[in-house]
Amino acid sequence: METNRDDFIIAIRSAFLKKGNRQRFSLTTLIVISIIILIFEKYNFKAINLLKTSLKEIVYRSTFIVSVPENLIKNAYKLSLEHINLYDEYKKLTLEYKKLKAEKLNIEFIKSENKILKSKIEDIKDQNYEILAKVIIDKQSPFLKSIIVNRGSKDKIELGMAVLDGDFLVGKVVEVNYLTSRILLLSDLNSKIPVSIEPDGKQSILSGTGGKHGKLQYLLNDNLSIKDEDEVFTSGSGNIFNAGIPVGKVKIKDNFPEIVFHSDFSQLRLVKIVTFEIRE
Amino acid sequence: MQLSKVFFLKKIISSAPIILLFISVLNEFDFNYLNFKYFSFNFPYILIFYWSLKGGEKLGYGLVFLAGLINDVVVGLPIGISSILYLLICGFASYLRNITLRPSLVKEWFFFLFTISVVTTIFYIINSIFFLVKVDYYYLLFNVIFTFIFYYMFSIIFSYYSKFIGKEND
Repeated sequence: METNRDDFIIAIRSAFLKKGNRQRFSLTTLIVISIIILIFEKYNFKAINLLKTSLKEIVYRSTFIVSVPENLIKNAYKLSLEHINLYDEYKKLTLEYKKLKAEKLNIEFIKSENKILKSKIEDIKDQNYEILAKVIIDKQSPFLKSIIVNRGSKDKIELGMAVLDGDFLVGKVVEVNYLTSRILLLSDLNSKIPVSIEPDGKQSILSGTGGKHGKLQYLLNDNLSIKDEDEVFTSGSGNIFNAGIPVGKVKIKDNFPEIVFHSDFSQLRLVKIVTFEIRE
Repeated sequence: MQLSKVFFLKKIISSAPIILLFISVLNEFDFNYLNFKYFSFNFPYILIFYWSLKGGEKLGYGLVFLAGLINDVVVGLPIGISSILYLLICGFASYLRNITLRPSLVKEWFFFLFTISVVTTIFYIINSIFFLVKVDYYYLLFNVIFTFIFYYMFSIIFSYYSKFIGKEND
């Protein structure tokens, strides 16, 4: 028994403390350094932030280059899938187009009416800054759903700015480097944005699930009154985003509303980073 | 000239594990685009465990530490987490190497499961308790399961590669 314990201790010591002939550092030394970096990161030490920023600039560019072969395979796979589904997609789009054509006639009228009403309560905001950014990394890890774009503080990007794919909201800026920024996607577990569910105007918080859809929080017993195909827009509460940016559609699954995002986050190539300000 | 070319090629082939490790952390190839729900696996875990166990000192700890830092930057995790996890995997593999007299793939396979379970638990604790980052348990669980399953396949591929390298050196 005693010998077994000794053997165990010797094996552990040899694995973690002993430095191999060709190793420059022992495992324990490096683990301790990693823990120190983590602690510094937790308390936002300036030196670590500098190291982080420079490391990010180099790594993001290298990742973009290293990802080229995989992206080629990925794009070829997507392209072949699109070709296979071409006819079904065409039929679906034709139906949708007819529906949209009818809806479009009403929208212009409602828009101008809405503008007049909003100006009465001084809540009209203008998009005052918009910049197009290219997605350089879209490695959506199973744990964190984020993308890296090629715009940073050099291009006046700031934390919290809204990110759109066309007219649809996809996320917000959570990290700004000199030449690059990280966008937290709406599908991430840590993403929470105030939304309004139309046509009834119910207020809720849209949270990511880590999957392809989002979920509504703090709805109390209103689940039942939310219907399939209800539209979800940003509510503008808390002044995080402008009100009325389309986010997704409600899909009822097992009597529970799921939000299907309008934008496919795995297909993002170019995004718009925007900021809004209240019109004087 | 010809000789230096051959030497260079041999050097690249023999450094393949470390090159592959850096490509995999920079590239994060996880086949997410296939859109299989919950499907993901951690290739660096497999690579680090196998080569720390079998490759002796082929995988330098300093390079593993650097690969961890790069992985954190790419994925967006707090810097240092992956380095700790990768180095712990090296430690576990090194421990197994020290106590093993007769290597058996099945035993290694199950020890790998134990290792990644411990490492994933540490990952979850650091993220959720110290950095208040929400992590989905199901994704973690399936990641562990798929990484465990794929270890067997990759260890066979890696052993073929080792044999090839052995022959080349002879």
